[in-house]
Amino acid sequence: MPEPGTFREISVPDAVKSADGRRIIDVRELVEWNEGHIPSATLVPLADFAATIETVVPDKSTPLLVHCAVGARSRRASHYLAQIGYSDVVNMQGRLAEWKALGGAWEMPAQLLTDAERARYSRQLLIPEIGQEGQRRLLDAKVLLIGAGGLGSPAGLYLAAAGIGTLGIVDDDVVDESNLQRQVLHTAERVGMPKTESAELTLTALNPDVNVVRHPVRLDAGNVDELVAAYDVIVDGTDNFETRYLLNDSSVRSRKPVVHGSIYRWDGQVTTFVPFAGPCYRCLYPTQPPEELAPACSVAGVLGVLPGIIGLLQANEAIKLVLRAGETLAGRMLLFDAMTTSFDEIRLWRDPACPACGDAVMQQRAEQAPAVAAAS
Amino acid sequence: MSQVRIPPVLRETVGGQRDLEASGSTVSEVLDDLFARHPALRERVTADGALSEFVNVYVNGRDVRYGEGLATAVGPNDQVILLPAMAGGSA
Repeated sequence: MPEPGTFREISVPDAVKSADGRRIIDVRELVEWNEGHIPSATLVPLADFAATIETVVPDKSTPLLVHCAVGARSRRASHYLAQIGYSDVVNMQGRLAEWKALGGAWEMPAQLLTDAERARYSRQLLIPEIGQEGQRRLLDAKVLLIGAGGLGSPAGLYLAAAGIGTLGIVDDDVVDESNLQRQVLHTAERVGMPKTESAELTLTALNPDVNVVRHPVRLDAGNVDELVAAYDVIVDGTDNFETRYLLNDSSVRSRKPVVHGSIYRWDGQVTTFVPFAGPCYRCLYPTQPPEELAPACSVAGVLGVLPGIIGLLQANEAIKLVLRAGETLAGRMLLFDAMTTSFDEIRLWRDPACPACGDAVMQQRAEQAPAVAAAS
Repeated sequence: MSQVRIPPVLRETVGGQRDLEASGSTVSEVLDDLFARHPALRERVTADGALSEFVNVYVNGRDVRYGEGLATAVGPNDQVILLPAMAGGSA
């Protein structure tokens, strides 16, 4: 037992022999840990050491074996441990590679990403809320864009860039010259080309890893359920009420979140509908307004950058839904006024009498749930 | 006076203005004050004396349908937002 306030140094061969019965503390950084580590070790990087070690090892009489890659950082950690009262601290003096060569216990963490993926998404991997696991989620996610137009263009570009693994695109239109002022997925030379095809060319050129699935159809009652069922998150960038209600009712039935965006001249609205957790589109607008109250962009006009801003807010919502991180716009609607560059926020509530997601529907689902479970 | 935000589709009925000041201590009184000055707004916002089902009214971000409806109180510094659905997105 060392003197109070001191620690012992041992060689790597001795450490391999005497590791049993000691709590092993690895003070390297996460990136080093991810390249292989002692299976029973706990990672406490030197940078966070003082803040976390007493939580990780509350009992100061615990026998500890501290190591890093060569023994320098772990000596500093051992010194600190002894100073704050840990009574049985041993520092492994030598290279971790020698531990491995001598047959000390070793494991490689499961590689969630390929080298190419780690390189491409390195700036996202550095964000604590994303990291390898979050990036894996993005790569495994399936997001459906309804419309490859003003909102779908910026959303699609950034979702593809972020590494959303599967991007479905529903659009039955062809590229028109008048689209190019805002629909940045398309180009002048593709006028006349189906928008889904043009979108695929742009998105795969940006990120060849993304699986772009073309759905060159108009969303209708006959295909909506099948399309919605095949994806995790829906980004709604449609231009008409029929499609919005159709999509709403289907997504409520299959409990899929819909990120809603709409635009008019200088004004944009964005919210996220998470079925039953918050309101749906019908809670907000129970019935379709007459056309004079809600003209389309083709009639009313729209500032080109507006869908860029709203579409990217939608992409941000979709990414958080996939990551299950942060706070979405469920239950809130953001109103953007490009003319004054101002945001307002209103609160949205689920309508208990809503025909799509009201209390009666919830009760009916609850009653049906056991029957469905028994049948499957 | 409360501030009333006029949505873009209704701005032509109020001479193109985005924000209007209005007096009144309930949603109903505030709207009546606006209708007196901008008669064309009335038929777009109300139907048979009730709020049109196509236009939502928010007082300080809260939907009056989940409050007292037209009788919902409006304070002197409150913000009222009129908000019809917008369809635009893609085409």
